[in-house]
Amino acid sequence: MNVAVDEDKCCGAGSCVLVAPEVFDQRDEDGIVLLLDPSPPEPRYAAVREAADICPASAITLHENP
Amino acid sequence: MISGVTPPDVLVVGASVAGLSTVEALRRKGYEGKVTVLGDEPHAPYDRPPLSKQVLSGAWEPERARLRRHDALSALAADFVLGDAATALDVGADQGSAIVHTAAGRTWSAGAVVVATGARPRPLPGMPGMPGMPGLAGVHLLRTLDDAIALRANLLTASRLVVVGDGVLGAEVAATATSMGLAVTLTGPQRLPMAGQLGTLVAARLAALHTARGVNLRLGEAVDGLVGERGTVTGVRLGGGEVIAADVVVAIGAIPHTSWLESSGLRLDDGLVCDEHCRAADRVYAVGDVARWRHEALGLSRLENRTNATEQARVVAAGIMGEQLRYAPVPYFWTDQFDVKIQVHGTLAARAEVTIVDGEIGEGRFVARYERDGAVTGVLGWNMPKQTRLRRQEILDSLTPAPGTSHREKT
Repeated sequence: MNVAVDEDKCCGAGSCVLVAPEVFDQRDEDGIVLLLDPSPPEPRYAAVREAADICPASAITLHENP
Repeated sequence: MISGVTPPDVLVVGASVAGLSTVEALRRKGYEGKVTVLGDEPHAPYDRPPLSKQVLSGAWEPERARLRRHDALSALAADFVLGDAATALDVGADQGSAIVHTAAGRTWSAGAVVVATGARPRPLPGMPGMPGMPGLAGVHLLRTLDDAIALRANLLTASRLVVVGDGVLGAEVAATATSMGLAVTLTGPQRLPMAGQLGTLVAARLAALHTARGVNLRLGEAVDGLVGERGTVTGVRLGGGEVIAADVVVAIGAIPHTSWLESSGLRLDDGLVCDEHCRAADRVYAVGDVARWRHEALGLSRLENRTNATEQARVVAAGIMGEQLRYAPVPYFWTDQFDVKIQVHGTLAARAEVTIVDGEIGEGRFVARYERDGAVTGVLGWNMPKQTRLRRQEILDSLTPAPGTSHREKT
């Protein structure tokens, strides 16, 4: 799984950090998403999928290779 | 009666974020049944928050407001039926199904129906569609992508805009149009913009921001009607009789879209009324702007915000699959106006005690904590999104009594 974030879309809610704190954080100065791990390990897939689905700005895109 | 059996098929009525999120949550949980999504607009699911900001300003092509890429939608294996509106719901159908009728004369039946029809804009007297009044050119509503595109086109050739509505959407449109170079007047019944959502302290800061950027605030007086000449709007009339000149008027304000449910027998009262599991009846759930459910801490609640649509969708999906969760979220919304990002977690109770707990108001970056009877009800951030989110736990701690205590012991 590869994770991409769109900083321009991000609204700073931080929902992704609440769901998958190992993969996402926020910048201190403006709250924009920080991608900590663009290729997270399999045990984190479920949390990352949820983070992408619930992001209120649709700023997280996943590329999953079946 | 609640059946504990997962239904073989689900019909989601509404193809915006609440409907889409419900489908995504169902598939994330492993639901393998047939899913149909019925939408009244012709567009694939798109996001509404950018409509008053990036789409209106032209910073984004409308395409960019799409919620999901085509492949992500395809992966949901759901049948999207777009451009056809639901007109009636029959919940008493036999054989464990509910039936939905549509404007095109189709009928759909499913083992579970999810009502996700959102809200409808509330027109002003004198707008197209209002009985007994001819419509005027230059008057807009803002709810859909097409509304945003039409409003933008009109703003590009106009110089004076009046925004009718002093909530989050009205304030955002005022900020966007001002940044586009228009002379903007913001009107509404509240004394300060977003007073009901932000409280007096921060709403006053917001008013100062708008005034400093050139927005003309004519608040505290409701708009009484429109004024026009030769079929085109020339202004709005306030309750006191004053007329504010305008080439373009946009009316903000929405009501839950439940008219199609009037014959269903379900309880409609400022939304479709649901229990704590977001269930309106056996086999019928509601999600998003249209849902008024019983929040165990806040009572009957309806939230018109983007985050609620996705969080509530998780509870609805769980309910469909036989897992009864109570939906008791910490509400969250954000708004971006000019160069300010405001974040609100929880509720900012009227008459709350407000403390600045980080940053400084004068610095243009701060976090405010709202307390009532010693309990934290909400936190608000002004250009400090991360620091605000980090205090969300304080709200949760207040909602959840410490182990070994009960609410009664708190005197």
